[in-house]
Amino acid sequence: MAGGLAGNPVERLGAKVLHGFQYAGGLSLLLADLSVGIAKTLRKPKPRDLVSLGEQIVRVGVRSIGIVALVQGFVGVILALQLTPTLEDYGQQAQIATIIGISGFRMLGPIFTAIVISGFAGASIAAELGTMVVAEEIEAMEAMALNPTRFLVLPRVLATFVCMLLLTTFADLMIAAGGWVTAHMALGADVYNRYWERMRDALVFKDYFTGLIQGGVFGVLIGLIACYEGLHVRGGAEGVGRATTMTVVYSIVAIVLAASVCTVIFYTFGF
Amino acid sequence: MANVKDNSTPVIQVRDLVKRFDGRAVLDGVNLEVFPGEMLVIMGGSGCGKSTLLRNLIGSMVPEEGVVEIFGQNTLVMDEPELDEIRKRFGILFQSGALFNSMTVGENVALPLKEHTDLDDETIDIMVKIKLEQVGLRQAEDLMPSEISGGMKKRAGLARAVALDPEILFYDEPSAGLDPVTSAEIDYLMMDLAKKLGVASVVVTHEMDSAFRIADRMIMLDKGKVLMAAKREEFETIRDGKPTGDDTKDLIRQFLRGDSEGPITRRRQAGGYEEDILHAAGAR
Ligand SMILES: Nc1ncnc2c1ncn2[C@@H]1O[C@H](COP(=O)(O)OP(=O)(O)O)[C@@H](O)[C@H]1O
Ligand SMILES: [Mg+2]
Repeated sequence: MAGGLAGNPVERLGAKVLHGFQYAGGLSLLLADLSVGIAKTLRKPKPRDLVSLGEQIVRVGVRSIGIVALVQGFVGVILALQLTPTLEDYGQQAQIATIIGISGFRMLGPIFTAIVISGFAGASIAAELGTMVVAEEIEAMEAMALNPTRFLVLPRVLATFVCMLLLTTFADLMIAAGGWVTAHMALGADVYNRYWERMRDALVFKDYFTGLIQGGVFGVLIGLIACYEGLHVRGGAEGVGRATTMTVVYSIVAIVLAASVCTVIFYTFGF
Repeated sequence: MANVKDNSTPVIQVRDLVKRFDGRAVLDGVNLEVFPGEMLVIMGGSGCGKSTLLRNLIGSMVPEEGVVEIFGQNTLVMDEPELDEIRKRFGILFQSGALFNSMTVGENVALPLKEHTDLDDETIDIMVKIKLEQVGLRQAEDLMPSEISGGMKKRAGLARAVALDPEILFYDEPSAGLDPVTSAEIDYLMMDLAKKLGVASVVVTHEMDSAFRIADRMIMLDKGKVLMAAKREEFETIRDGKPTGDDTKDLIRQFLRGDSEGPITRRRQAGGYEEDILHAAGAR
Protein backbone atom coordinates (compact mmCIF):
# COMPACT_ATOMS: atom_id res chain seq x y z
CA MET A 1 0.00 0.00 0.00
CA ALA A 2 0.91 3.63 -0.02
CA GLY A 3 2.59 3.54 3.41
CA GLY A 4 5.95 5.28 3.16
CA LEU A 5 8.09 2.84 5.12
CA ALA A 6 6.32 -0.38 4.21
CA GLY A 7 7.84 -2.97 1.89
CA ASN A 8 11.42 -4.11 1.56
CA PRO A 9 14.17 -1.76 0.33
CA VAL A 10 14.28 -3.31 -3.13
CA GLU A 11 10.56 -2.79 -3.61
CA ARG A 12 10.87 0.79 -2.42
CA LEU A 13 13.75 1.47 -4.74
CA GLY A 14 11.79 -0.13 -7.57
CA ALA A 15 8.80 2.06 -6.80
CA LYS A 16 11.01 5.17 -6.85
CA VAL A 17 12.54 4.23 -10.19
CA LEU A 18 9.09 3.51 -11.62
CA HIS A 19 7.89 6.85 -10.33
CA GLY A 20 10.86 8.51 -12.00
CA PHE A 21 9.94 6.98 -15.36
CA GLN A 22 6.28 7.91 -14.94
CA TYR A 23 7.30 11.46 -14.14
CA ALA A 24 9.55 11.65 -17.18
CA GLY A 25 6.66 10.27 -19.22
CA GLY A 26 4.35 12.99 -17.90
CA LEU A 27 6.90 15.67 -18.78
CA SER A 28 7.34 14.22 -22.27
CA LEU A 29 3.59 14.33 -22.86
CA LEU A 30 3.54 17.95 -21.77
CA LEU A 31 6.44 18.65 -24.12
CA ALA A 32 4.60 16.98 -27.00
CA ASP A 33 1.50 19.02 -26.21
CA LEU A 34 3.72 22.08 -26.14
CA SER A 35 5.06 21.41 -29.64
CA VAL A 36 1.50 21.29 -30.94
CA GLY A 37 0.86 24.57 -29.13
CA ILE A 38 3.93 26.15 -30.74
CA ALA A 39 2.84 25.01 -34.20
CA LYS A 40 -0.67 26.41 -33.70
CA THR A 41 0.61 29.69 -32.32
CA LEU A 42 3.02 30.13 -35.23
CA ARG A 43 0.24 29.42 -37.72
CA LYS A 44 -2.05 32.06 -36.25
CA PRO A 45 -0.06 34.38 -33.98
CA LYS A 46 -1.86 37.03 -31.95
CA PRO A 47 -0.29 40.10 -30.37
CA ARG A 48 -1.29 38.71 -26.98
CA ASP A 49 1.12 35.79 -27.44
CA LEU A 50 4.08 38.17 -27.60
CA VAL A 51 2.80 40.23 -24.71
CA SER A 52 2.47 37.22 -22.42
CA LEU A 53 5.93 35.96 -23.45
CA GLY A 54 7.31 39.42 -22.62
CA GLU A 55 5.57 39.40 -19.24
CA GLN A 56 7.02 36.01 -18.40
CA ILE A 57 10.54 36.99 -19.49
CA VAL A 58 10.38 39.99 -17.18
CA ARG A 59 9.08 37.82 -14.37
CA VAL A 60 11.60 34.99 -14.81
CA GLY A 61 14.64 36.81 -16.09
CA VAL A 62 14.75 40.47 -15.29
CA ARG A 63 13.78 39.96 -11.69
CA SER A 64 16.50 37.32 -11.18
CA ILE A 65 19.39 39.39 -12.52
CA GLY A 66 20.36 40.64 -9.07
CA ILE A 67 20.39 37.27 -7.36
CA VAL A 68 22.27 35.63 -10.27
CA ALA A 69 24.87 38.39 -10.16
CA LEU A 70 25.31 37.94 -6.43
CA VAL A 71 25.58 34.14 -6.49
CA GLN A 72 27.80 33.90 -9.54
CA GLY A 73 30.06 36.76 -8.47
CA PHE A 74 30.79 34.87 -5.29
CA VAL A 75 31.30 31.62 -7.19
CA GLY A 76 34.13 33.47 -8.96
CA VAL A 77 35.52 34.73 -5.65
CA ILE A 78 35.41 31.28 -4.05
CA LEU A 79 37.00 29.60 -7.06
CA ALA A 80 39.87 32.09 -7.04
CA LEU A 81 40.53 31.79 -3.31
CA GLN A 82 40.24 28.01 -3.21
CA LEU A 83 42.41 27.30 -6.21
CA THR A 84 45.22 29.75 -5.58
CA PRO A 85 47.12 27.79 -2.86
CA THR A 86 47.22 24.62 -4.95
CA LEU A 87 48.23 26.46 -8.08
CA GLU A 88 50.91 28.30 -6.13
CA ASP A 89 52.43 24.96 -5.12
CA TYR A 90 53.11 24.41 -8.78
CA GLY A 91 53.99 28.03 -9.42
CA GLN A 92 51.02 28.26 -11.73
CA GLN A 93 48.87 30.82 -9.91
CA ALA A 94 48.70 32.88 -13.08
CA GLN A 95 46.59 30.08 -14.57
CA ILE A 96 43.73 31.02 -12.25
CA ALA A 97 42.09 32.90 -15.11
CA THR A 98 42.23 29.82 -17.33
CA ILE A 99 40.61 27.54 -14.78
CA ILE A 100 37.92 30.00 -13.75
CA GLY A 101 37.13 30.68 -17.37
CA ILE A 102 36.77 27.09 -18.45
CA SER A 103 34.96 25.74 -15.38
CA GLY A 104 32.74 28.79 -15.21
CA PHE A 105 31.72 28.89 -18.85
CA ARG A 106 31.34 25.15 -19.33
CA MET A 107 29.63 24.14 -16.13
CA LEU A 108 29.28 26.42 -13.12
CA GLY A 109 27.64 29.28 -15.00
CA PRO A 110 24.72 27.25 -16.34
CA ILE A 111 24.32 24.94 -13.31
CA PHE A 112 24.28 27.54 -10.54
CA THR A 113 22.07 29.82 -12.61
CA ALA A 114 19.63 26.96 -13.18
CA ILE A 115 19.50 26.16 -9.48
CA VAL A 116 18.86 29.79 -8.63
CA ILE A 117 16.15 30.04 -11.30
CA SER A 118 14.41 26.85 -10.20
CA GLY A 119 14.09 28.22 -6.69
CA PHE A 120 13.29 31.73 -7.81
CA ALA A 121 11.12 31.43 -10.91
CA GLY A 122 10.23 27.72 -11.02
CA ALA A 123 8.69 27.74 -7.57
CA SER A 124 6.75 30.90 -8.35
CA ILE A 125 5.41 29.47 -11.63
CA ALA A 126 4.28 26.30 -9.85
CA ALA A 127 2.58 28.34 -7.12
CA GLU A 128 0.87 30.56 -9.66
CA LEU A 129 -0.51 27.71 -11.79
CA GLY A 130 -1.38 25.68 -8.69
CA THR A 131 -3.39 28.57 -7.32
CA MET A 132 -5.19 28.81 -10.65
CA VAL A 133 -6.05 25.11 -10.45
CA VAL A 134 -7.45 25.52 -6.94
CA ALA A 135 -9.52 28.54 -8.03
CA GLU A 136 -11.02 26.49 -10.91
CA GLU A 137 -9.38 28.91 -13.36
CA ILE A 138 -7.74 26.15 -15.40
CA GLU A 139 -11.01 24.26 -15.66
CA ALA A 140 -12.77 27.45 -16.70
CA MET A 141 -10.14 27.99 -19.34
CA GLU A 142 -10.63 24.53 -20.82
CA ALA A 143 -14.39 24.93 -20.70
CA MET A 144 -13.95 28.16 -22.68
CA ALA A 145 -12.14 26.17 -25.36
CA LEU A 146 -8.81 27.78 -24.42
CA ASN A 147 -5.90 25.39 -24.13
CA PRO A 148 -3.90 25.89 -20.90
CA THR A 149 -0.81 24.39 -22.49
CA ARG A 150 -0.85 27.00 -25.18
CA PHE A 151 -1.90 29.95 -23.07
CA LEU A 152 -0.04 29.26 -19.85
CA VAL A 153 2.67 26.63 -20.33
CA LEU A 154 4.04 27.86 -23.65
CA PRO A 155 4.96 31.42 -22.61
CA ARG A 156 6.40 30.17 -19.32
CA VAL A 157 8.60 27.44 -20.79
CA LEU A 158 9.75 29.74 -23.60
CA ALA A 159 10.56 32.38 -20.99
CA THR A 160 12.59 30.05 -18.79
CA PHE A 161 14.42 28.87 -21.94
CA VAL A 162 15.24 32.36 -23.24
CA CYS A 163 16.09 33.68 -19.79
CA MET A 164 18.41 30.78 -19.06
CA LEU A 165 20.29 31.50 -22.30
CA LEU A 166 20.69 35.16 -21.40
CA LEU A 167 21.35 34.61 -17.72
CA THR A 168 23.90 31.87 -18.41
CA THR A 169 25.88 34.33 -20.54
CA PHE A 170 25.55 36.94 -17.83
CA ALA A 171 26.56 34.41 -15.17
CA ASP A 172 29.73 33.45 -17.09
CA LEU A 173 30.80 37.08 -17.06
CA MET A 174 29.98 37.46 -13.37
CA ILE A 175 32.08 34.42 -12.42
CA ALA A 176 34.98 35.77 -14.45
CA ALA A 177 34.53 39.19 -12.84
CA GLY A 178 34.36 37.67 -9.35
CA GLY A 179 37.67 35.92 -10.01
CA TRP A 180 39.23 39.09 -11.30
CA VAL A 181 38.13 41.20 -8.34
CA THR A 182 39.55 38.57 -5.97
CA ALA A 183 42.81 38.44 -7.83
CA HIS A 184 43.02 42.20 -7.74
CA MET A 185 42.30 42.55 -4.06
CA ALA A 186 43.84 39.49 -2.47
CA LEU A 187 46.26 37.82 -4.83
CA GLY A 188 49.49 39.02 -6.40
CA ALA A 189 49.99 41.36 -9.31
CA ASP A 190 51.31 38.47 -11.38
CA VAL A 191 47.86 36.88 -11.14
CA TYR A 192 45.68 39.79 -12.08
CA ASN A 193 47.89 41.65 -14.49
CA ARG A 194 47.13 39.54 -17.49
CA TYR A 195 43.88 38.01 -16.13
CA TRP A 196 41.56 38.92 -19.00
CA GLU A 197 44.19 38.24 -21.61
CA ARG A 198 44.82 34.75 -20.28
CA MET A 199 41.16 33.97 -20.03
CA ARG A 200 40.62 35.06 -23.61
CA ASP A 201 43.53 32.91 -24.77
CA ALA A 202 42.28 29.88 -22.89
CA LEU A 203 38.64 30.02 -23.89
CA VAL A 204 37.44 28.83 -27.24
CA PHE A 205 33.95 29.31 -28.60
CA LYS A 206 32.80 25.79 -27.77
CA ASP A 207 33.46 26.39 -24.07
CA TYR A 208 30.86 29.12 -24.13
CA PHE A 209 28.60 27.27 -26.52
CA THR A 210 28.40 23.96 -24.60
CA GLY A 211 27.57 25.92 -21.47
CA LEU A 212 24.92 27.83 -23.35
CA ILE A 213 23.30 24.66 -24.70
CA GLN A 214 23.13 23.26 -21.19
CA GLY A 215 21.63 26.50 -19.93
CA GLY A 216 18.90 26.23 -22.56
CA VAL A 217 18.20 22.59 -21.71
CA PHE A 218 17.99 23.42 -18.00
CA GLY A 219 15.64 26.29 -18.81
CA VAL A 220 13.22 24.03 -20.68
CA LEU A 221 13.38 21.47 -17.86
CA ILE A 222 12.69 24.03 -15.14
CA GLY A 223 9.76 25.49 -17.08
CA LEU A 224 8.29 22.08 -17.82
CA ILE A 225 8.62 20.78 -14.26
CA ALA A 226 7.20 23.96 -12.75
CA CYS A 227 4.18 23.94 -15.08
CA TYR A 228 3.65 20.20 -14.64
CA GLU A 229 3.73 20.47 -10.86
CA GLY A 230 1.49 23.54 -10.89
CA LEU A 231 -1.12 22.05 -13.19
CA HIS A 232 -1.24 18.80 -11.20
CA VAL A 233 -1.98 20.40 -7.84
CA ARG A 234 -4.60 18.56 -5.80
CA GLY A 235 -6.10 19.49 -2.50
CA GLY A 236 -6.10 23.24 -1.96
CA ALA A 237 -3.43 25.44 -0.46
CA GLU A 238 -1.52 22.51 0.96
CA GLY A 239 -1.18 21.07 -2.54
CA VAL A 240 0.21 24.36 -3.80
CA GLY A 241 2.88 24.34 -1.10
CA ARG A 242 3.83 20.78 -1.98
CA ALA A 243 4.03 21.66 -5.68
CA THR A 244 6.47 24.51 -5.09
CA THR A 245 8.74 22.32 -2.97
CA MET A 246 8.64 19.45 -5.43
CA THR A 247 9.37 21.82 -8.31
CA VAL A 248 12.66 22.79 -6.72
CA VAL A 249 13.54 19.21 -5.76
CA TYR A 250 12.73 17.70 -9.16
CA SER A 251 14.34 20.61 -11.00
CA ILE A 252 17.63 20.15 -9.20
CA VAL A 253 17.59 16.40 -9.84
CA ALA A 254 16.73 17.00 -13.50
CA ILE A 255 19.45 19.65 -13.84
CA VAL A 256 22.14 17.35 -12.47
CA LEU A 257 20.97 14.42 -14.61
CA ALA A 258 20.79 16.58 -17.72
CA ALA A 259 24.24 18.05 -16.99
CA SER A 260 25.67 14.52 -16.81
CA VAL A 261 24.02 13.49 -20.06
CA CYS A 262 25.16 16.66 -21.82
CA THR A 263 28.71 16.24 -20.55
CA VAL A 264 28.85 12.64 -21.76
CA ILE A 265 27.58 13.70 -25.18
CA PHE A 266 30.02 16.61 -25.43
CA TYR A 267 32.85 14.36 -24.27
CA THR A 268 31.96 11.68 -26.80
CA PHE A 269 31.93 14.14 -29.66
CA GLY A 270 35.03 15.89 -28.47
CA PHE A 271 33.44 19.22 -27.59
CA MET B 1 -40.10 28.63 -20.59
CA ALA B 2 -42.89 28.99 -23.07
CA ASN B 3 -40.91 27.32 -25.81
CA VAL B 4 -40.42 24.05 -23.95
CA LYS B 5 -43.40 22.50 -25.67
CA ASP B 6 -42.64 23.39 -29.25
CA ASN B 7 -39.00 22.34 -28.91
CA SER B 8 -39.05 18.69 -28.07
CA THR B 9 -35.59 17.75 -29.35
CA PRO B 10 -33.27 17.86 -26.34
CA VAL B 11 -30.09 19.97 -26.52
CA ILE B 12 -28.45 17.59 -24.07
CA GLN B 13 -29.14 13.92 -23.72
CA VAL B 14 -27.35 11.73 -21.20
CA ARG B 15 -27.79 7.96 -21.17
CA ASP B 16 -26.51 5.46 -18.60
CA LEU B 17 -23.62 7.64 -17.53
CA VAL B 18 -21.16 5.91 -15.20
CA LYS B 19 -18.18 7.68 -13.64
CA ARG B 20 -15.89 5.91 -11.20
CA PHE B 21 -13.09 7.19 -9.00
CA ASP B 22 -10.75 4.40 -7.88
CA GLY B 23 -13.43 1.82 -8.61
CA ARG B 24 -16.11 3.71 -6.65
CA ALA B 25 -19.02 4.68 -8.90
CA VAL B 26 -19.87 8.31 -8.11
CA LEU B 27 -22.28 8.38 -11.07
CA ASP B 28 -23.94 5.02 -11.53
CA GLY B 29 -26.15 5.11 -14.59
CA VAL B 30 -27.46 8.66 -14.88
CA ASN B 31 -30.12 9.43 -17.49
CA LEU B 32 -31.32 12.94 -18.21
CA GLU B 33 -32.42 15.34 -20.90
CA VAL B 34 -32.25 19.09 -21.23
CA PHE B 35 -34.67 20.83 -23.57
CA PRO B 36 -34.12 24.13 -25.38
CA GLY B 37 -34.90 27.20 -23.34
CA GLU B 38 -35.67 25.38 -20.10
CA MET B 39 -34.11 25.89 -16.68
CA LEU B 40 -33.18 22.49 -15.30
CA VAL B 41 -32.05 22.26 -11.68
CA ILE B 42 -30.02 19.26 -10.54
CA MET B 43 -30.24 18.73 -6.79
CA GLY B 44 -28.47 16.42 -4.42
CA GLY B 45 -26.56 16.29 -1.16
CA SER B 46 -22.96 17.48 -0.86
CA GLY B 47 -20.55 15.02 -2.41
CA CYS B 48 -23.25 13.14 -4.31
CA GLY B 49 -21.59 13.89 -7.63
CA LYS B 50 -23.30 17.03 -8.95
CA SER B 51 -20.09 18.75 -10.00
CA THR B 52 -18.82 15.47 -11.41
CA LEU B 53 -21.96 15.21 -13.54
CA LEU B 54 -21.42 18.75 -14.78
CA ARG B 55 -17.79 18.03 -15.65
CA ASN B 56 -18.87 15.01 -17.67
CA LEU B 57 -21.43 17.12 -19.50
CA ILE B 58 -18.93 19.80 -20.51
CA GLY B 59 -16.30 17.29 -21.59
CA SER B 60 -13.68 18.10 -18.96
CA MET B 61 -14.06 14.57 -17.60
CA VAL B 62 -14.53 11.36 -19.55
CA PRO B 63 -17.01 8.85 -18.12
CA GLU B 64 -16.34 5.12 -17.98
CA GLU B 65 -19.66 4.24 -19.59
CA GLY B 66 -22.63 5.92 -21.19
CA VAL B 67 -23.43 8.52 -23.82
CA VAL B 68 -23.42 12.30 -23.65
CA GLU B 69 -25.02 14.00 -26.62
CA ILE B 70 -24.95 17.77 -26.96
CA PHE B 71 -26.80 19.34 -29.88
CA GLY B 72 -27.37 15.78 -31.06
CA GLN B 73 -23.65 14.96 -31.27
CA ASN B 74 -21.90 12.40 -29.09
CA THR B 75 -19.19 14.35 -27.30
CA LEU B 76 -17.43 11.25 -26.02
CA VAL B 77 -16.10 10.28 -29.44
CA MET B 78 -14.88 13.79 -30.25
CA ASP B 79 -11.28 14.93 -30.35
CA GLU B 80 -10.23 18.19 -28.67
CA PRO B 81 -10.78 20.52 -31.66
CA GLU B 82 -14.30 19.13 -32.20
CA LEU B 83 -15.01 19.41 -28.50
CA ASP B 84 -13.77 23.00 -28.53
CA GLU B 85 -16.31 23.86 -31.22
CA ILE B 86 -19.07 22.53 -28.96
CA ARG B 87 -17.58 24.35 -25.97
CA LYS B 88 -17.82 27.67 -27.79
CA ARG B 89 -21.58 27.12 -27.91
CA PHE B 90 -22.03 26.93 -24.17
CA GLY B 91 -21.07 29.05 -21.18
CA ILE B 92 -20.25 28.01 -17.62
CA LEU B 93 -20.36 29.80 -14.31
CA PHE B 94 -18.12 28.04 -11.81
CA GLN B 95 -18.66 27.81 -8.09
CA SER B 96 -16.05 30.48 -7.33
CA GLY B 97 -16.62 32.53 -10.46
CA ALA B 98 -13.21 31.32 -11.72
CA LEU B 99 -12.22 34.73 -13.04
CA PHE B 100 -8.64 35.02 -14.20
CA ASN B 101 -7.08 36.90 -11.33
CA SER B 102 -4.33 38.44 -13.42
CA MET B 103 -6.84 40.27 -15.64
CA THR B 104 -9.37 43.03 -15.01
CA VAL B 105 -13.06 42.22 -15.07
CA GLY B 106 -13.35 43.74 -18.54
CA GLU B 107 -10.39 41.73 -19.86
CA ASN B 108 -11.94 38.56 -18.47
CA VAL B 109 -15.11 39.18 -20.45
CA ALA B 110 -13.13 40.18 -23.53
CA LEU B 111 -10.97 37.04 -23.51
CA PRO B 112 -13.36 34.62 -25.26
CA LEU B 113 -14.22 37.32 -27.80
CA LYS B 114 -10.54 38.00 -28.51
CA GLU B 115 -9.64 34.34 -28.81
CA HIS B 116 -12.65 32.95 -30.64
CA THR B 117 -13.82 35.75 -32.92
CA ASP B 118 -12.21 38.00 -35.51
CA LEU B 119 -13.84 41.13 -34.13
CA ASP B 120 -11.67 44.24 -33.91
CA ASP B 121 -10.75 45.75 -30.56
CA GLU B 122 -13.33 48.53 -30.68
CA THR B 123 -16.21 46.15 -31.32
CA ILE B 124 -15.00 43.88 -28.55
CA ASP B 125 -14.82 46.86 -26.23
CA ILE B 126 -18.43 47.75 -26.96
CA MET B 127 -19.56 44.15 -26.53
CA VAL B 128 -17.78 43.90 -23.18
CA LYS B 129 -19.64 47.01 -22.01
CA ILE B 130 -22.96 45.54 -23.17
CA LYS B 131 -22.33 42.21 -21.41
CA LEU B 132 -21.28 43.95 -18.20
CA GLU B 133 -24.36 46.16 -18.37
CA GLN B 134 -26.52 43.04 -18.76
CA VAL B 135 -25.24 41.70 -15.43
CA GLY B 136 -25.26 45.11 -13.73
CA LEU B 137 -21.50 45.51 -13.52
CA ARG B 138 -20.76 48.41 -15.86
CA GLN B 139 -18.86 50.30 -13.17
CA ALA B 140 -16.48 47.38 -12.46
CA GLU B 141 -14.89 47.01 -15.89
CA ASP B 142 -11.44 48.19 -14.83
CA LEU B 143 -11.35 46.54 -11.41
CA MET B 144 -9.32 43.44 -10.63
CA PRO B 145 -11.18 40.34 -9.40
CA SER B 146 -9.51 40.72 -6.00
CA GLU B 147 -11.15 44.13 -5.64
CA ILE B 148 -14.76 43.00 -5.99
CA SER B 149 -17.18 41.08 -3.77
CA GLY B 150 -18.28 37.46 -4.14
CA GLY B 151 -21.58 38.42 -5.70
CA MET B 152 -19.86 40.71 -8.20
CA LYS B 153 -17.45 37.91 -9.10
CA LYS B 154 -20.39 35.68 -9.98
CA ARG B 155 -21.88 38.47 -12.08
CA ALA B 156 -18.57 38.99 -13.86
CA GLY B 157 -18.24 35.24 -14.40
CA LEU B 158 -21.73 35.27 -15.84
CA ALA B 159 -20.89 38.14 -18.19
CA ARG B 160 -17.90 36.12 -19.40
CA ALA B 161 -20.04 32.99 -19.77
CA VAL B 162 -22.50 34.76 -22.05
CA ALA B 163 -19.83 36.63 -24.03
CA LEU B 164 -20.11 34.35 -27.04
CA ASP B 165 -23.94 34.23 -26.96
CA PRO B 166 -24.12 30.59 -25.88
CA GLU B 167 -27.03 28.20 -26.42
CA ILE B 168 -26.59 26.44 -23.07
CA LEU B 169 -25.51 27.87 -19.72
CA PHE B 170 -24.15 25.68 -16.93
CA TYR B 171 -24.03 26.81 -13.33
CA ASP B 172 -22.24 25.06 -10.47
CA GLU B 173 -23.71 26.14 -7.12
CA PRO B 174 -24.45 29.72 -8.18
CA SER B 175 -25.59 30.71 -4.69
CA ALA B 176 -22.72 29.09 -2.78
CA GLY B 177 -21.04 31.51 -0.41
CA LEU B 178 -23.52 34.33 -1.02
CA ASP B 179 -25.87 35.98 1.44
CA PRO B 180 -29.60 35.35 0.82
CA VAL B 181 -30.24 38.72 -0.82
CA THR B 182 -27.28 38.51 -3.19
CA SER B 183 -28.20 34.92 -3.91
CA ALA B 184 -31.74 35.95 -4.85
CA GLU B 185 -30.33 38.69 -7.08
CA ILE B 186 -28.18 36.17 -8.91
CA ASP B 187 -31.24 33.91 -9.31
CA TYR B 188 -33.22 36.69 -10.97
CA LEU B 189 -30.26 37.55 -13.15
CA MET B 190 -30.06 33.92 -14.29
CA MET B 191 -33.76 33.87 -15.12
CA ASP B 192 -33.49 37.22 -16.86
CA LEU B 193 -30.59 36.04 -19.03
CA ALA B 194 -32.32 32.76 -19.80
CA LYS B 195 -35.38 34.62 -21.04
CA LYS B 196 -33.50 37.32 -22.97
CA LEU B 197 -31.01 34.98 -24.61
CA GLY B 198 -33.38 32.03 -24.95
CA VAL B 199 -30.71 29.67 -23.61
CA ALA B 200 -31.18 26.36 -21.88
CA SER B 201 -29.78 26.45 -18.33
CA VAL B 202 -28.47 23.58 -16.26
CA VAL B 203 -28.07 24.54 -12.61
CA VAL B 204 -26.46 22.36 -9.99
CA THR B 205 -27.36 23.30 -6.44
CA HIS B 206 -28.28 22.12 -2.98
CA GLU B 207 -29.94 25.42 -2.00
CA MET B 208 -33.65 24.69 -2.08
CA ASP B 209 -34.92 28.27 -1.92
CA SER B 210 -32.94 29.10 -5.00
CA ALA B 211 -33.86 25.84 -6.74
CA PHE B 212 -37.60 26.37 -6.37
CA ARG B 213 -37.30 29.99 -7.45
CA ILE B 214 -35.63 29.31 -10.77
CA ALA B 215 -36.52 25.79 -11.89
CA ASP B 216 -38.79 24.76 -14.73
CA ARG B 217 -37.86 21.18 -14.16
CA MET B 218 -35.89 19.47 -11.41
CA ILE B 219 -33.80 16.36 -11.03
CA MET B 220 -32.96 14.74 -7.73
CA LEU B 221 -29.64 12.89 -7.68
CA ASP B 222 -28.96 10.25 -5.05
CA LYS B 223 -26.40 7.46 -4.80
CA GLY B 224 -25.21 8.11 -8.33
CA LYS B 225 -28.65 7.77 -9.90
CA VAL B 226 -31.53 10.03 -10.85
CA LEU B 227 -34.07 9.46 -8.12
CA MET B 228 -36.73 11.60 -9.69
CA ALA B 229 -37.03 13.96 -12.64
CA ALA B 230 -40.16 16.09 -12.89
CA LYS B 231 -41.65 19.53 -13.25
CA ARG B 232 -41.09 21.91 -10.36
CA GLU B 233 -44.76 21.72 -9.39
CA GLU B 234 -44.51 17.99 -8.69
CA PHE B 235 -41.57 18.52 -6.37
CA GLU B 236 -43.52 21.31 -4.68
CA THR B 237 -46.39 18.91 -4.07
CA ILE B 238 -44.03 16.42 -2.43
CA ARG B 239 -42.39 19.13 -0.34
CA ASP B 240 -45.65 20.58 0.91
CA GLY B 241 -47.48 17.28 1.37
CA LYS B 242 -47.46 14.85 4.29
CA PRO B 243 -45.03 11.89 4.51
CA THR B 244 -46.44 9.12 2.32
CA GLY B 245 -44.63 6.06 3.61
CA ASP B 246 -43.06 5.66 0.18
CA ASP B 247 -39.31 5.72 0.90
CA THR B 248 -38.25 7.51 -2.28
CA LYS B 249 -40.82 10.26 -1.93
CA ASP B 250 -40.11 10.70 1.76
CA LEU B 251 -36.40 10.88 1.09
CA ILE B 252 -36.97 13.61 -1.50
CA ARG B 253 -39.38 15.33 0.88
CA GLN B 254 -36.81 15.38 3.66
CA PHE B 255 -34.16 16.77 1.33
CA LEU B 256 -36.45 19.48 -0.05
CA ARG B 257 -37.60 20.56 3.39
CA GLY B 258 -34.21 20.22 5.07
CA ASP B 259 -35.77 18.19 7.91
CA SER B 260 -33.48 16.58 10.46
CA GLU B 261 -35.70 13.48 10.65
CA GLY B 262 -36.45 11.09 7.80
CA PRO B 263 -35.11 8.39 5.48
CA ILE B 264 -31.80 10.19 4.79
CA THR B 265 -31.02 10.37 8.50
CA ARG B 266 -32.11 6.78 9.10
CA ARG B 267 -29.96 5.56 6.21
CA ARG B 268 -26.92 7.34 7.60
CA GLN B 269 -27.45 5.95 11.08
CA ALA B 270 -28.06 2.44 9.81
CA GLY B 271 -25.26 2.35 7.28
CA GLY B 272 -22.76 4.41 9.17
CA TYR B 273 -21.26 2.13 11.77
CA GLU B 274 -20.31 -1.02 9.85
CA GLU B 275 -19.29 1.02 6.84
CA ASP B 276 -17.00 3.11 8.98
CA ILE B 277 -15.40 0.03 10.49
CA LEU B 278 -14.99 -1.65 7.11
CA HIS B 279 -13.62 1.55 5.66
CA ALA B 280 -11.13 1.92 8.49
CA ALA B 281 -10.02 -1.68 8.07
CA GLY B 282 -9.68 -1.28 4.30
CA ALA B 283 -7.64 1.87 4.62
CA ARG B 284 -4.76 0.15 6.37
N1 LIG C 1 -11.11 14.18 -9.54
C1 LIG C 1 -11.58 13.38 -8.57
N2 LIG C 1 -10.86 12.32 -8.15
C2 LIG C 1 -11.33 11.50 -7.18
N3 LIG C 1 -12.51 11.66 -6.56
C3 LIG C 1 -13.28 12.70 -6.92
C4 LIG C 1 -12.86 13.62 -7.94
N4 LIG C 1 -13.82 14.56 -8.10
C5 LIG C 1 -14.80 14.23 -7.23
N5 LIG C 1 -14.48 13.13 -6.52
C6 LIG C 1 -15.32 12.49 -5.50
O1 LIG C 1 -16.60 12.29 -6.06
C7 LIG C 1 -17.60 12.59 -5.13
C8 LIG C 1 -18.57 13.60 -5.70
O2 LIG C 1 -17.91 14.85 -5.79
P1 LIG C 1 -18.62 16.13 -6.40
O3 LIG C 1 -19.11 15.81 -7.76
O4 LIG C 1 -17.69 17.27 -6.27
O5 LIG C 1 -19.85 16.32 -5.40
P2 LIG C 1 -20.86 17.53 -5.27
O6 LIG C 1 -20.54 18.55 -6.32
O7 LIG C 1 -22.21 16.91 -5.46
O8 LIG C 1 -20.70 18.07 -3.90
C9 LIG C 1 -16.91 13.05 -3.86
O9 LIG C 1 -16.89 11.98 -2.96
C10 LIG C 1 -15.52 13.40 -4.30
O10 LIG C 1 -14.59 13.11 -3.30
MG1 LIG D 1 -19.86 20.58 -6.22
